[in-house]
Amino acid sequence: MMEVVLRDFCKWLAATPLSNTIQTTGWIIPTLQTIHILGVAVLFSSAILVDLRFWWLLQRDVPLPDVARRFFPAIWLVLPILLITGSLLIIGEPRRSLLNSTFYLKMALLAFAVLLTGGLQWSLSSAPKFWDKDRGRRMAGQFAATVSILAWCSILFAGRWIAYTQAG
Amino acid sequence: MLQLKDLISYFETNGLADNIRENDVLFPLIESVHVLSICLVVGSIFAVDLRLLGFASIHRSVSSVTHGILPLTWCAFVVAVGSGSLLFISNVTKYLGNGYFIAKIFLICAAGLNMAIFHGIGAKNLPQWENEARLPLPARLAGGLSILLWVAVVACGRWIGFTMPAG
Repeated sequence: MMEVVLRDFCKWLAATPLSNTIQTTGWIIPTLQTIHILGVAVLFSSAILVDLRFWWLLQRDVPLPDVARRFFPAIWLVLPILLITGSLLIIGEPRRSLLNSTFYLKMALLAFAVLLTGGLQWSLSSAPKFWDKDRGRRMAGQFAATVSILAWCSILFAGRWIAYTQAG
Repeated sequence: MLQLKDLISYFETNGLADNIRENDVLFPLIESVHVLSICLVVGSIFAVDLRLLGFASIHRSVSSVTHGILPLTWCAFVVAVGSGSLLFISNVTKYLGNGYFIAKIFLICAAGLNMAIFHGIGAKNLPQWENEARLPLPARLAGGLSILLWVAVVACGRWIGFTMPAG
């Protein structure tokens, strides 16, 4: 049932003028993908730099809340760009992602990573010493940072895998 | 004389190249590692470039920013070159015949040259001005040029995929 609805939706979407333009103008999809990857580069690096600071691996001379204040805003700045370029890519090739379970895995992971990042940012801005109160808190922070690294890496992997698991 | 041609045919008859090219999991896996490491290289370099341009981290000195970020850049760069080399040897002839691949290699060299020139000449009196928000023109130029070059590297990388049919 759901699958039939999705197939019809893809068919309708692929027939829209916008989708036709994206499909038939050769440079649009690679350009959108390039912007998308550049956005991913900024988001991913920002997240990783904060996560690594939880482990005291980089920027030891800067307090964790300062690192978070410098790099987390970049994530929220590029996320809308990623959503727009991602949506345009879906409109151009609806079946490639909407009929692809890897795409839904990526979206689920993205929702989780966004919530986790928002939570980390909120905790550090409301209580700068939040992850530094005692040994337990420090370990919890390192655990959260590790989960964040794994989540963002999985999202990147899933993104690349969409190209290999698309419906024929 | 051992020529490039011999090297190419060595890689093409090598079992490793066949494995990467034909394997349904290995190629996307290496490709994913390549994309992931390139994202870290480019994203972390942007953070340094934005400092040079005076758009971000302006309350920190240039060397504090570079010492805090560039170790990640270099680690990721090593992984990107390693994974990129594996992708390259899986199909040497096709990559060498692809203009975007050649352009990408030259652009990476240009980005390296830009960095070397900045370290060698532009950053000579670094301690004198590195704490200022607005840096001297050579430093800002190096930062701006670096962003443009890496954007071009990513664009070429993506275009390789569209101009080189799989298999």
